[in-house]
Amino acid sequence: MKGCYINGMGIVSVQKTFDSEFLSEVIVNETENVLYAQQPSYKEMIPPAMIRRMAKGVKMGIYASTKALEEAGIEIPGAIITGTGMGCVEDSEKFLKAILDNDEQFLTPTSFIQSTHNTVGAQIALGLQCKNYNFTYVNGAVSMETALIDAKMQLDNDELTNVLVGGIDETSSHTLELFKLTQIIKKEEDKPYSVLNSNSKGVVFGEGANFFALANTPNDTTYAKIEDVAIYSALQPEQVANFVTEFLKANNLAISEIDAVVFGNNGDVTHDGYYNVSSTIFNETPQVFYKHLSGEYNTASGFGLWLAANIMKQQQIPAIVKMNGLQKDSYKTILLYNQYLGKDHSLILLKNAKA
Amino acid sequence: MKVAITGMGIISAIGKTVEENYNALVTGQKGISTIENFHTVHKDVIKVGEIKLTNSQLEQLLGLSPDNNYSRTDMLGAYAAKKAVEDAGISDMNDSRSGLISSTSVGGMDMTERFYYEYFEDEACQKYISSHDAGDSSHKIAEYIGLEGFVSTISTACSSAANAIMMGARMIQQGKLDRVVVGGTDALAKFTINGFKTLMILSDTYNTPFDNNRKGLNLGEAAAFLVLESDELVQKTNKKVLAYVSGFGNANDAYHQTASSENGDGAFLAMEKALKIANLHPSHIDYVNAHGTATPNNDLSEGRALIRIFGDNTPEFSSTKAFTGHTLAAAAAIEAVYSVLALQNNIIFPNLNFVTPMEEFNLIPQTTLKNKEINHVLSNSFGFGGNCSTVIFSKN
Repeated sequence: MKGCYINGMGIVSVQKTFDSEFLSEVIVNETENVLYAQQPSYKEMIPPAMIRRMAKGVKMGIYASTKALEEAGIEIPGAIITGTGMGCVEDSEKFLKAILDNDEQFLTPTSFIQSTHNTVGAQIALGLQCKNYNFTYVNGAVSMETALIDAKMQLDNDELTNVLVGGIDETSSHTLELFKLTQIIKKEEDKPYSVLNSNSKGVVFGEGANFFALANTPNDTTYAKIEDVAIYSALQPEQVANFVTEFLKANNLAISEIDAVVFGNNGDVTHDGYYNVSSTIFNETPQVFYKHLSGEYNTASGFGLWLAANIMKQQQIPAIVKMNGLQKDSYKTILLYNQYLGKDHSLILLKNAKA
Repeated sequence: MKVAITGMGIISAIGKTVEENYNALVTGQKGISTIENFHTVHKDVIKVGEIKLTNSQLEQLLGLSPDNNYSRTDMLGAYAAKKAVEDAGISDMNDSRSGLISSTSVGGMDMTERFYYEYFEDEACQKYISSHDAGDSSHKIAEYIGLEGFVSTISTACSSAANAIMMGARMIQQGKLDRVVVGGTDALAKFTINGFKTLMILSDTYNTPFDNNRKGLNLGEAAAFLVLESDELVQKTNKKVLAYVSGFGNANDAYHQTASSENGDGAFLAMEKALKIANLHPSHIDYVNAHGTATPNNDLSEGRALIRIFGDNTPEFSSTKAFTGHTLAAAAAIEAVYSVLALQNNIIFPNLNFVTPMEEFNLIPQTTLKNKEINHVLSNSFGFGGNCSTVIFSKN
């Protein structure tokens, strides 16, 4: 049956997710307000001279995309579509700082040419010598979701048989300082940090790369089928229930048919009210959260998708991500909801590929 | 399936309305000048396509309150998008399933570079911290035109707006949206001026696309948006269609992060795909609005790709960047407006400043204004990361 199947995944995250079993070595942080990605060894994939020149986001992207393609058995994808909220901040900062500190003189181009938002997608294409469609979406917390929407349209329309989709965001020192200044990032004195039942403003920041090799047919490695994706620019908290139910209605589903719902709660007391649907329409649904493991960043929802796809494949919810005590015998339909600062709301509907 | 264009809005160095832009194009008035709006040490050695309105003039034009945190990119974008929506005669953006797909390369960089260190000293400027990212600029534009729903942003360097048009057209074709405002916006910034300067591809004089002695590009700033609507919506509202998006293609050169391949592989593939989707033969193209940045590398690579597509029969082509400068993410959007104007007026805009043919081939751009029946215009835009895009606009 044709569709949009996740046949391979690759992830670099704050956790040791790159070479271990699904969530086998996770740590829940309560004391750091910025979490840095655990870096895998890149030397099998990237020449040493390039490893030194490449920013973290590019390396994480190359690693995660390679893993995803390998698992799905795809050599050259029909398209490479990436999403990033903040883009290549490391090189942007480096170049901007050099401009300002040296009064626009004595500059070298390397960090400038690596600063464009599409650098990761471009470097993956260059590495693979992939001359196909190559897009980069940069719209806050729906950057990766828009990439999924684009990919799914082209699979549904039979333009492509497979697509590489990924979300990448890296941290960089100056931007982190600015986020602390404006309390996007939680204050030191608000420790210990928690994602659920938090009383403090801001988030624990993270970074990572989450890649998905999608194909129009399932194979031995298929995790799940992406049934539908929707985004919405801005909502009031009380509008979320309607956003969800309209989306489910369009997919001929009732709330009761959702076997698990994955929420993007990030512990920001000013915006976690958006997830109040957890105690209303979803009060009888098994619930999952993940940003205590991933940290918050614009494409953290990619970690959520990776988690949900794994839950679908393994047919169980690990205790560490359970938001309530409910569970089901089988997980055939999983819904993900995420938002950031009240904006960029997204819904992703996953179905069991075998169903 | 073609997608109708029902409105356009633009602000560039050659005018803040579609009419002003058209008049400048037909009278050969270029908008390349010395930079005035901010200080840069390169002021006297570069020329730019600057919009001669200060930020406070733009704020006034938009009617923004003093506590706004719009970057210059945001203001240009909001202005052009609003004009496009007005041109399409839309009173309520949310009366149909509407979306916005904008594009930008610098986003709020103009404010970030101004306040980079000051942010830590002066609380008053901190409102601009959240204006840095590209998505924020699209949210502001959406709010300014009263749009809720599908809002997205594309950033693939200098092909960005072409890709926004492509994604928008696809969403209409697949029935995901009834109407979508597509385009791009980019303000001049020290960041990009110095970036291109270090790459040594900034001309110290007026840019000369496709000339053998070309010295590089002039950076510019601009914003432009098109309103795309489904056939159903066009029929329901009995709306005048300005032109159609009939084909599009994106390909990657996969050659180098910034340089284009010698034989223009990516450009060739993008044009080939676009022609295939439009179901057109190269001989159907009446005019090519070239990317033509006037850098040695681009014009050679693009020229070779044109020859690969059109053989000995390359139609009239010109780069309008001698008028506007290279406006990065917005370039494909302003050139989309110019392509529609070419279709509407059966006119080809001149490639200014051309003197000497390139030694590598005998492609000669159209250097004078030319009247000609025009049914299909092919517009190219290429960006860093090997990103190559082509959009074809058609009269019927």
